[in-house]
Amino acid sequence: MVLADYLILGAVLFGLSVAGIFINRKNVIILLMCIELMLLAVNTNFIAFSHFTGDISGQVFVFFILTVAAAESAIGLAILVVLFRNRHTINVDDLDSMKG
Amino acid sequence: MIVAPAEFMLILPEIFVLSMTCAILVLDLFLKDRERAISYWLAQFTLVFAAVITMTTGSGQGELAFFGTYIADAMGSTLKVFIYLVTFLAFLYSRHYLAERKLFRGEYYVLGLFAMLGMMILVSAHSLLTVYLGLELLSLSLYAMVAFNRDSYPCSEAAMKYFVLGALASGMLLYGMSILYGLTGTLDIGLIADSLKGQEASVPLVFAATFIVVGLSFKLGAVPFHMWVPDVYQGAPTPVTLFIGSATKIAAFAMVMRLLVESIGALQSEWQGMLVVLAVLSLAIGNVVAIAQTNLKRMLAYSTISHVGFLLLGILSGTQQGYAAAMFYIITYALMAAGAFGMIILLSRAGFEADEIDDFRGLNQRNSWFAFMMLILMFSMAGVPPTVGFYAKLSVLQAVVDVDMIWLAAAAVFFSVIGAYYYIRIIKVMYFDKAEDDQPLAPHFDLRLGLTANGLAILLLGLFPGGLMALCGRVIS
Repeated sequence: MVLADYLILGAVLFGLSVAGIFINRKNVIILLMCIELMLLAVNTNFIAFSHFTGDISGQVFVFFILTVAAAESAIGLAILVVLFRNRHTINVDDLDSMKG
Repeated sequence: MIVAPAEFMLILPEIFVLSMTCAILVLDLFLKDRERAISYWLAQFTLVFAAVITMTTGSGQGELAFFGTYIADAMGSTLKVFIYLVTFLAFLYSRHYLAERKLFRGEYYVLGLFAMLGMMILVSAHSLLTVYLGLELLSLSLYAMVAFNRDSYPCSEAAMKYFVLGALASGMLLYGMSILYGLTGTLDIGLIADSLKGQEASVPLVFAATFIVVGLSFKLGAVPFHMWVPDVYQGAPTPVTLFIGSATKIAAFAMVMRLLVESIGALQSEWQGMLVVLAVLSLAIGNVVAIAQTNLKRMLAYSTISHVGFLLLGILSGTQQGYAAAMFYIITYALMAAGAFGMIILLSRAGFEADEIDDFRGLNQRNSWFAFMMLILMFSMAGVPPTVGFYAKLSVLQAVVDVDMIWLAAAAVFFSVIGAYYYIRIIKVMYFDKAEDDQPLAPHFDLRLGLTANGLAILLLGLFPGGLMALCGRVIS
């Protein structure tokens, strides 16, 4: 395996997640999954670079990203629960009360 | 790998704010509802004392701490003091508003202080890791603050939009950072700058810079990455909008300085072109769409977008003078935005939100002093002399003209003139329309004092801008 393989994997995952955020019009939970995937794509990049340059700080960064991602999904799911209680739907298309 | 005790002295303001916030968080659990003011006063005390610590321990030279991840420099301390000031105003203005809506809970202050701690870390970051951690501490607290009024549907919708687009922005920024890390082999901002010095701008470097610029413009709310700004401003409770619209802008300026100027400043010719596009689009869309708004919070959101355009103009000039002008601009803008949202809070009362432009009708008949304060704030946002907004715009334009981008300055002036229309419309509504709402305006003493001081500060800074401008110039160099 060479560095480029990992970078291509990271780029594909990243592209998938961005596409998922913009194409998905159905479910807010899928948005949360896409966000998670995006952070994992970045982690792949960091680990690959860290391994091939022999510098440890990239791997340290990955631990921080993982921790922050956990906190982020906790807050995202909390907002989702509040949203569902107020609107009784988690359909992305229904989030349109404000326009202009 | 040993940390010298002196390094802890450098992050004393952060340590103090963190311990006080945790103390308030725990103490608030034991307070009854009628004693809630204790949390408020403790939060305000934290801000005042943090300002004292920052001003007494802050040193002029940039000192690195914690293996180069943190920098204590003059720009950082100055920005921090203004962040404390604006946060102080936000807490002051929102106190009675929250109490009247049964939202006067410790969470607002705890989340606000955590968000501010995130800003402080961001302002003093000297490593990509610290930038990311500060940014996330700030953003995560803000998502929760937007959803703070949990029984209101617009709040939760705004929070969801803010969360998804904020997380997308962080992802973009991180992706750019990962490429930059791979190319330079370090996370340290100073070492990145050293390794890029004298290098040709290769395709991967430009690729990394693009992702970083996109992530930053999401966070700043620059067109075409501005979709979340109007919805969040309109949907969030007014005290939270006040906080997001003022204090966070100062932190955003610091983030742009640390990431674009200090780390990849060598690629200035590359990101300058991107910022030109972002700035012109922000000025155009922000000013034009604001005209169509009837909701004042939404109008101020579009006005923020146009002000971000001006901020970018200062930064893209790429000179010390331009950075100083951008810093001056963002500090005075934060004060203006705090005052403008404070006026919405002033006019609101229990069960009534004064967030429509029509709610300002005939304000002059109801209370001429605060109509005058609003007049100063709107003139300042529009850039009419002798308010400080005029001087801020002038110094940014001067920096742009100095680097021979005269067409850009002309475009900025053109769109500002369009923008003046909707600010002056508010003044027209206040002074020449008849008041429909005859409820007497009886603001609380502290709100009155705060808004008066805020309005007069805008006027005084406009008359004597030299001191603040000199300060900005000194701390940037």
